[in-house]
Amino acid sequence: MTNAITEAPTREPAAAPAERRAVRETNAYAASLTAVWVVWKRDLVRYWRDRGRVIASLMQPLLYLVIFGTGLSSLMRGGSSFPKGFNYQQFLYPGVISMAVLFTAMFGAMSIVWDREFGFMKELLVAPIDRSAIAIGKTLGGATQAMVQGVVLLVLAPFIGITVTPLMVLQVLVLVFILAFALSALGVAVGSRMKSMQGFQVVMNFLMMPIFFLSGALFPLTGLPAWLTVLTRIDPASYGIGPIRKVVLEAGGVPARALDQYAIDLFGHRLSTLEEVGIMLVFGVVMMAVAVYNFQQRD
Amino acid sequence: MTAVIHAAGLRKKYGDLEAVRGIDLDVMPGEVFGFLGPNGAGKSTTISILCTLLRPTGGTAEVAGIDVVRDPAGVRRRIGLVFQDPSLDDQLTGRENLEMHATIYGLPRAERHRRITDVLEVVDLSERADSQVRTYSGGMKRRLEIARGVLHYPEVLFLDEPTLGLDPQTRKHIWGYLHDVRKREGITLFMTTHYMDEAEFCDRIAIIDKGEIVALGTPAELKDMVGGDVITLRTEDGPTAAREIQALFALEAVADNGHLRLEVKDGAEMVPRLVRELSMPVLSVSLSRPSLDDVFLKLTGHAIREEGAASVDSLRNMARMWRGGGRR
Repeated sequence: MTNAITEAPTREPAAAPAERRAVRETNAYAASLTAVWVVWKRDLVRYWRDRGRVIASLMQPLLYLVIFGTGLSSLMRGGSSFPKGFNYQQFLYPGVISMAVLFTAMFGAMSIVWDREFGFMKELLVAPIDRSAIAIGKTLGGATQAMVQGVVLLVLAPFIGITVTPLMVLQVLVLVFILAFALSALGVAVGSRMKSMQGFQVVMNFLMMPIFFLSGALFPLTGLPAWLTVLTRIDPASYGIGPIRKVVLEAGGVPARALDQYAIDLFGHRLSTLEEVGIMLVFGVVMMAVAVYNFQQRD
Repeated sequence: MTAVIHAAGLRKKYGDLEAVRGIDLDVMPGEVFGFLGPNGAGKSTTISILCTLLRPTGGTAEVAGIDVVRDPAGVRRRIGLVFQDPSLDDQLTGRENLEMHATIYGLPRAERHRRITDVLEVVDLSERADSQVRTYSGGMKRRLEIARGVLHYPEVLFLDEPTLGLDPQTRKHIWGYLHDVRKREGITLFMTTHYMDEAEFCDRIAIIDKGEIVALGTPAELKDMVGGDVITLRTEDGPTAAREIQALFALEAVADNGHLRLEVKDGAEMVPRLVRELSMPVLSVSLSRPSLDDVFLKLTGHAIREEGAASVDSLRNMARMWRGGGRR
């Protein structure tokens, strides 16, 4: 190497110290809110850039709805408990929307492990912000992506005989976001503990399939054997999918009384939509608290 | 002038292993300070403590006048960091990475754009600013990280092995950029390296081995510790030649790879005398100014780049290449 760049260093005064000071005096609370926003926005920008993945991840729900749904509809034609003019595919439809939400929300937290493995997490961890901002931003980012993945499926509604109304879309949007938030928080809580992507995938697969199968996405959670009933009540997603199904099928013209048969009981009490939403929110907040705690522990 | 980095009796223990055992140092504003030592010497641990990423188990440290244990967030606002491994989001563009950083560090919105344009220019990335980082070369990523490190007007920029895994030409360029940045920003640079040639670019160097500083000074001062020039010669019978040199000049000649190495005050005068006075023909002789390698060897009794370290390094590089090419 030549010494062209080792010339005696010229000491110049520090550039604009006053400017520097102005930069530093920021309110810690506002800074953390900004950080939540930055983390959230980054997740969405990345999501949007990765359109291939977005489209691919719509395939799975479609397969369930079109193939699985049509197949089982014809199996159940006739002797089922469905009200007149209503079939299994319509029953399944809100379940498939929820499935898209569930998978996206839970696997969305993979980005935490990814970021840790490929370094970007370090940039966030050393920033002068409260680490809870990272956990919250990640949870909301994952939840927003999952919500989009779920709500996009509403375009299929007319094909299976369900009318879309602005009110219904609004209700679905809110309910889907609550489900997405709770599951994304669960994912972030797990992801913040995981050191490797393989580890995360193993744990997530272990959690995801039971949560999916027990959630009522594929079959009603009423009239099941006792052991299965207990398991479905433990599954947090059960309380998120119930209200979504109610709103979607009501818009599809299914009489409220017929829908009542799908409402779930807990300790002998029939849960109202509001109660189910409440359970979901509490679960989400608890999981997010766990995620925040995990992030603050890390060295 | 008060020190911008001040450490006293800094220690870090991992279980029974003491990675850093009592480090004292003062770095002055505007200095380029190098931390030189082999892998595992405690360089990264020390820099991590100063950056508040690790808590010391003993001693104190202040950066920009702020205690690293008592107010880590205060320290973080005043420092910039360039890590050993890239920490960029490679799905985003260079500019987006900087925007994100500026927002997190609370750079006023009105100023953000101008400042980002400025730092991009310093590291010569203006033209590629709007390409995704995954399309960047290793050197460009490093430059972007340097730009990001100084974006929020820190007082000290910490760099942990900033040129690791880059080819020699790129390393040299990175150094050029670092000096530009230092000049423009009036910032202090504190860096670790195990490349001896890079340490020469520093104003002052601390040589660290087994968790302790064994020497501290300017590169010239450190080289003077070796005691003048280094003569390397080859004869037909090394051991005999060494004995004769001991007898004739009272100098110790060290066998090194079939050659003899000796340190002398005035090499130019010594070479002809050696050739004349030794009883056997001298097959080859060379004279050199001491390098920091010689300093390190003299102070620690071992070379800085042991075999093991070198192969770990090449593994790291392979891992990097795989990451660079293989993801997404």
